[in-house]
Amino acid sequence: MRSYFKIALKVLRRRKFFTFISLFGISMTLVVLMVATAVLDNFLSPRAPESRFDRVLCVYKIGQYGPHDSETGEPGFAFLDASMRALPGIERAAIFSNPRSTAIYQGNARIETTIKKTDGEYWPLLDFRFVEGRPFTKQQDHSGAFVAIIDDAMRGKLFGNEPALGKSFELEGQRFRVMGVVPRVSMTRIAAWSEVWVPIGATTTSVTRHSLIGGFNGLVLARSRSDFSRLKREFATRVRQFPIDDPRTFTEIRAGLDTPFEAMARELTRNREGDRAAAIAAIVFAVMAVLFMTLPALNLVTLNLSRILERSSEIGVRKAFGASRPALVSQFILENVILTLIGGVIGFALAAAALAAITSSGLIPYTRFDVNPRIFAWGMAIAAFFGLFSGVYPAWRMSRLDPVVALRGGSQ
Amino acid sequence: MISLQDVDKVYRTERIETVALQGINLDIAAGEHIAVMGPSGCGKSTLLNLIGLLDRPSNGRLLLEGQPINGAGDRRLASLRNEKLGFIFQSFHLIPDLTVLDNVEIPLLYRRLSGKQRRKLALAALDRVGLASRVHHFPTQLSGGQQQRVAIARAIVGQPSIVLADEPTGNLDSGMGEEVMDILHALNRDDKTTIVMVTHDERFARRTDRIVRLFDGRQVA
Repeated sequence: MRSYFKIALKVLRRRKFFTFISLFGISMTLVVLMVATAVLDNFLSPRAPESRFDRVLCVYKIGQYGPHDSETGEPGFAFLDASMRALPGIERAAIFSNPRSTAIYQGNARIETTIKKTDGEYWPLLDFRFVEGRPFTKQQDHSGAFVAIIDDAMRGKLFGNEPALGKSFELEGQRFRVMGVVPRVSMTRIAAWSEVWVPIGATTTSVTRHSLIGGFNGLVLARSRSDFSRLKREFATRVRQFPIDDPRTFTEIRAGLDTPFEAMARELTRNREGDRAAAIAAIVFAVMAVLFMTLPALNLVTLNLSRILERSSEIGVRKAFGASRPALVSQFILENVILTLIGGVIGFALAAAALAAITSSGLIPYTRFDVNPRIFAWGMAIAAFFGLFSGVYPAWRMSRLDPVVALRGGSQ
Repeated sequence: MISLQDVDKVYRTERIETVALQGINLDIAAGEHIAVMGPSGCGKSTLLNLIGLLDRPSNGRLLLEGQPINGAGDRRLASLRNEKLGFIFQSFHLIPDLTVLDNVEIPLLYRRLSGKQRRKLALAALDRVGLASRVHHFPTQLSGGQQQRVAIARAIVGQPSIVLADEPTGNLDSGMGEEVMDILHALNRDDKTTIVMVTHDERFARRTDRIVRLFDGRQVA
């Protein structure tokens, strides 16, 4: 192993141009894949204020289907309230609306903003850190209190650097009193992100409350992940029992209690069932990653094959002194994996720089993209796969060289 | 030790059939030192490649220590080459990226030996060819004669019973050639290693026990 490692490094040093081209291809491919992984990780991994999302199931999509017609959208309040909120054995459930653009009037100023309506359970289910005040309660939501939580950026726009607690602003014809201030939230945190949060009860009409489809989302915090399948089954039963608005047109309601990844997959696959959608999405992501790696891998295969000619004497010598085909294949794959892992480390460093640049560019507001051990592990796994993928065929070709021909310095 | 019975070797391409060896019958006893001679293209190296299990006969039988080799697979051939055979080539075939010591260790990489054991055996082999002081040099830092001595150390490090040398003095001046022949001779005399050597040089051939002469792929003496 030490000898293989030594010769691998020597070959890389001897053929600097080959090494540069190979490492460039590998590291650039890995940069793109690691940045994509980091973005996906930022969307899907549990992190504040969605730290408990490893135990959360979501209802982000609903549809009703008939023989000739279908209708899909975000669930309505009534559906979530009846089907999800009272699921047995859960820690809690929360309902919130999609974020919506609106304007706040403060003095003569018009401030563009985004609001989200939430119930009182939303706040203890998520884990916002309050820099001022506290969240509004279930009772305040039920009573339709005109209170609001704002983020610190909005506080700056509304009140300068002054404390905001107890102060008010005008939103859609009502004056809302600030109950709390939270740090700004990344747009990638789908459930948490907004700039202003107000109680559902303060702004939602009874008509909106009773629709099946209607711009709301649901969250269920399970006691443990082992409850997921039970909760999904229970929810599916409730969905089947939920009355259909127009039975002459629609015969089935389709909605699922999904993990965040399944919810994203359901969105991408037009409301397929969560586990099937997740499988499809996982396959699609894997295929995309493999396809993306194919071109640089083929390039590396070609470069590696050209190395066979240069190293044919070495192959001949090794065969003459007892190297079997599997031994040569292992040696060459190991060399290739070393090369790709070096490329992986370079790619990781470049990906970290690229993510820092994306973060500082403000492309996605308030979002900090970073690399962490999970991304590093993924990057190294991708690099190792890349190494195997691009190394096996040249290694196989190399191992099949006729030793006599190899010692003469040619390939077959 | 080595027996070739009615061995032919024919190289075929789509259009041409080239007979490299025809009807070779040759028995080489254990501990024998033989020279194979003949004009260029007469099949000397082909014969050596067949004996060295680097190539397969087109017809006939090849036996090594009484065991037929013809149907052996890649793993068995690799194992036999590793345990029984040592090769010395005219152009040395040292790996330029490895030190002298690492080059000599190569045959031992394919045995179940620790790094320490490999090092010990390689140092002993280098000591035997008088290159113990050059272990950390790279091949390009050595003279032709020294490189060939490294190649001999590599050939004998695994203590093979047969050493096959393809024109081992071909790239050396006569003084260095004599040195290499002295080492081979000592190896044959002291260790009873069987040596099969291809050479063009009558002087060196005369130092062996027997001369096998080939002409146009046939054994003529």
